[in-house]
Amino acid sequence: MTVADIANLHTFVDAFRFIGDNPGFLLTKAWQQLELSGAALGIAALVAMPLGIVLGHYHRFSTLAIGASILGRGLPSLVLIAAFLTLLGIGFVNNMVALAVLGTGPILTNAYDAIEGADRDTVEAARGMGMTGPQVLAKVELPLAIPLLFTGIRVAAVTIVATAPIAAIAGGGGLGDIIVNQASYRLAGVLGASLCVMALSALVFLVLVGLQTAVTPRGLRRTSVVRDLTT
Amino acid sequence: MRLAGGGPVIPNFGQGSSCVTGDHAFCWGWVKQHWGDTLGPALAQHLEITAIAVGIGFAIAFPLALLAHRFRRLEQPFSVVSALLYTIPSLALFQLLIPITGLGLTTVEVALTSYTLVILFPNIVTGLRSVPADVIEAAQGMGLTRLQVLTRVELPLAVPAIVGGLRIAVVSTVAIGTIAGIEVTTKGLGYPIFNALQDPTPFKTEIYSAGALAVALALAADATLVVMRRLLVPWARRTA
Repeated sequence: MTVADIANLHTFVDAFRFIGDNPGFLLTKAWQQLELSGAALGIAALVAMPLGIVLGHYHRFSTLAIGASILGRGLPSLVLIAAFLTLLGIGFVNNMVALAVLGTGPILTNAYDAIEGADRDTVEAARGMGMTGPQVLAKVELPLAIPLLFTGIRVAAVTIVATAPIAAIAGGGGLGDIIVNQASYRLAGVLGASLCVMALSALVFLVLVGLQTAVTPRGLRRTSVVRDLTT
Repeated sequence: MRLAGGGPVIPNFGQGSSCVTGDHAFCWGWVKQHWGDTLGPALAQHLEITAIAVGIGFAIAFPLALLAHRFRRLEQPFSVVSALLYTIPSLALFQLLIPITGLGLTTVEVALTSYTLVILFPNIVTGLRSVPADVIEAAQGMGLTRLQVLTRVELPLAVPAIVGGLRIAVVSTVAIGTIAGIEVTTKGLGYPIFNALQDPTPFKTEIYSAGALAVALALAADATLVVMRRLLVPWARRTA
């Protein structure tokens, strides 16, 4: 081990010490980040989910659904946050809107795919039984779509929580505040907060995977949840 | 950088046209003036870090995917690990790598390459898996060895899915690459944006122009891959 290696090791020890010394402060910051993320996710879901479901039900505008997913990946979060900062000013609202825009991509695409891709035979059987359009949607397409709808929510949630630290540069608060402010918190604080951010994202991911397994109708469970983890 | 324009007493935005000093919505003049010293080099560097990350990512993901294709039990552990890896926020990953790999290109590439692996690996495996069983059986029936089946049947048929994975990887690497601008010396298009955000009243043109370039780069790279796929596998033109 070189001297430099040992020095590096120390920075990580200090990072853990920072976490141990400031649990309350870090929890407050983590909660701030979750509040911002939750608000953004809520807005994204309110806008994108109904839109995706309706478009999927009528098998229309598939380019919009595909475009949303490409846009969601291709629009750099930093650019979104910076652009909304110039439009809406510094603080909670601009970050919430920027993060919500990021979240709409996966939710819209997955909602569209979920409804649009519902098994054709099943849907036709339901129609043959005399179900109306809304009944087919509510009793057949939606239950079949639950796993994929939830995948959209999960992907959006993880994306938003993982991006929220960047919002700190535009007054978003949260753990990112510590990461972008090395002058005040020193390297130990920056690394400690980075570790906390990682843990928080992983936690959100695991909780949502658990929830997804719980809400998925039993018959669909084996096929869907594990397989689409990486989508 | 903007302050180095040689203003008399009060630091102003560059050469201080009324558009720039008044921070109007968008100043073409500033873009033209700073193309050579800021935007152009940032764009070139962004292209470079993206190309390296996707290139190395593909070189790692491809053999791993072949392994997982051959030994199916390997796939699920790798999927779970890579899904968790993808949840690591880029800002945190860059910061945590800096003490280990320094402030340079290595940190950027280690972080970006890890993210590309998560996208490329499952796409390549899915592509190989989606080859119809009867096609493979026909190939085996014709006496092709396992290696021949892979190189002459499975891989060509998997090209559309592999290119699909590359498209997602390139587009998201361009996007995540902007975060690299915060700390490390390898600046890319994120740097002008972070630079503008240092100001209490961020200079809009710098944000918009660098942001537009990042989006344009992602779209151009995506289009290039679509063209590449058409040249490689002209018969698969209709699949997504």
